[in-house]
Amino acid sequence: MECQQCGERDAVVHLTQIVDNNVTTVHLCEQCAAEKGIESASPINKSPLGDFLAQLGKGVGAGVPADTPHMSCAGCGMTLQDFRDLGRLGCAECYRSFEAPLRELMRRLHGSTTHLGERYAPPGAPAEEAGDRVEELRERLRRAIENENFELAASLRDRLRELE
Amino acid sequence: MIDLSLLSDGGMAWLDASGPLSHLVLSTRIRLARNLRDHIFGVQNTPEEREAILSEAEGAARKTVGLGQAMTIRLDRLEPTDRQLLHERHLVSKELAGLEGSGTVRSGSALLVQDRVGVMLNEEDHLRLQGLHSGFSLEAVYEEVDRLDSELGQRLAFAFHPEFGYLTSCPTNVGTGLRASVLIHLPGLVLTKEIAKVLQSLSQVGLTFRGLYGEGSEVVGNFFQLSNQRTLAKSEFDLIDHLGRMVRQVVDYEEQARQVLLRDAPAIIEDKVWRAYGLLRYARSLSFDEAMNLLSGVRMGVGMGLIPNVRLYTLNKLLIHTQPAHLLAAADGTSRSAAELGLQRGSYVRALLEADEDRAA
Repeated sequence: MECQQCGERDAVVHLTQIVDNNVTTVHLCEQCAAEKGIESASPINKSPLGDFLAQLGKGVGAGVPADTPHMSCAGCGMTLQDFRDLGRLGCAECYRSFEAPLRELMRRLHGSTTHLGERYAPPGAPAEEAGDRVEELRERLRRAIENENFELAASLRDRLRELE
Repeated sequence: MIDLSLLSDGGMAWLDASGPLSHLVLSTRIRLARNLRDHIFGVQNTPEEREAILSEAEGAARKTVGLGQAMTIRLDRLEPTDRQLLHERHLVSKELAGLEGSGTVRSGSALLVQDRVGVMLNEEDHLRLQGLHSGFSLEAVYEEVDRLDSELGQRLAFAFHPEFGYLTSCPTNVGTGLRASVLIHLPGLVLTKEIAKVLQSLSQVGLTFRGLYGEGSEVVGNFFQLSNQRTLAKSEFDLIDHLGRMVRQVVDYEEQARQVLLRDAPAIIEDKVWRAYGLLRYARSLSFDEAMNLLSGVRMGVGMGLIPNVRLYTLNKLLIHTQPAHLLAAADGTSRSAAELGLQRGSYVRALLEADEDRAA
C-alpha cells in the first residue's frame, strides 16, 4: 500500500481516527507520519532499557542529580553507574537504594510499578490473602473443565483442597 | 560425554508432537525468575556465594514433588560441546551454558531437571524455574511451574517486594518474573509476506518475538518464539491468557495464509514442498541453514496434507538432532570439519525420512 501523503513510499503507519463520529483511516509512510508528529512502533526499533540507561548517563532521568551515578547500594556496593554499564542490578536492596530512577524505568518498561500477580509470603510468615489464591485457582479449574483438560483439572482440584 | 539417558527422551519429551496444534506449535515454555532474598544477585556475587545458592536451592528442590527425583547437571563441569547440546535441547539458556561472548561458564551454573520441569541455578537470576511441553499448552505448563514455585517458595526465602513483586536482576523481568513463550511455525505468513504486519501488531499489544533459540537468536526455518514483553502490572493469569488469545489469532492467520496459497498457487506450493522433501530425502550433504529451510518446507507440506507418511515427531527430531553439538555427540565427540558435519547431517536426515517411508509402506 502506498503512502497517502507522498504517494511514493510504502505505508507502514495506519492511523485510525474518529472525527465527528466518522471513522477514517490514514495510511502513511514512516517519514510522512513523522512529519505529522506520529511515532510508529516498529517491532525491534527501541529498547526502553537502552533509552533509559542512555538518559541516565545524560542526567535526564527524573530527579536524578548529577552526582547520583556514584550513589551506591548499601546491600552490595553497586553504583548507579555500574547498573548503567551492566543493565543488571546487584541485589534485592538495589530496588530500595535506587528506588526513584528504578520506578521511572519500571513505569517505562511495564506501564506501572504495581505488581498484580501472586502475593508471596516467605517460609514461616503467615500466608497472605489466601482468598485471592483460591479464587484464581477456581477460575483456572473452571477453564480447565470447560476445555475438557481433565489432567489439569485434577491437579488444580488437589491444590484447592490443600488450601481450603 | 554427558549421559542424559535417565531423562525421558533425553529431556526432549517436548518434541513428541503430542500436544495441541502440534503441526504449527512446536512447544510451549514458561519460566519464572526468582532470587533468594539473602544473597547477592548473579552479576555481583562470588564463586563461594554461588556454591551456597546452589546447595541451598538443590536441598530445597530435593524435598519437593516437582524436583524430588531431579537429575542435577553442573554446567560448570561440562565440556563446551555438552553445554551446547543442552542448549540445543532447549534445556538451558545460552547464558547458563556459557555460550555467550567470552564463552566462559559461570561457576555454580547448574540445571535440575525432572520430566517436563526444571530449574536453572546461578543464571542471571538465582533460580529460573521452567516448564516445557509439546504443542500449544500454556495452562498446563503454568500449572506445573506454578506448583513447583509454590513448593520451592515454602522452603526458600525469595526476594519479594510488596509493590514491585518478585525482584529480578534485570528490571525487565520484575513483578511476576514470568516469561511465557510459544514456539510457532509460520511459513504461510512468511510466504504471503504478511509476517511483518503480524509481528508489528503483536508488538503493539505487548508481545515480542525471538528466533528458535530465544533471546538474540535469529529466526531460522520460519520458527518464531512469541512471548510476553511485560512482566509487571498484570497477573500471571492475565499474562498467559493474553498471550494465549493472541497466539490463537496468529494460528488463524497462518491457516488463512495457507488456504490463500493453496487457492492462488497450488502448483507452486506443491512443487515447493515436494522439492524440499526430495532434497532432504536424497541429498548427500546438507548445511545447517539449508536443512532448516527444507525442514520448514516439508513441515508445511505435512501440515497442509500435501505430504503423507512423514511424522511431525520425525520432523521435530530432525530439527534438534541436526544441530552441530548433536551431530558431534553422535560422532562420539570427535571434532569434525564443516564438510564432514554436512555429510553426517545429510545421512542422518535420509535415514529418518526413509524409516518413515518404510513404516508407511
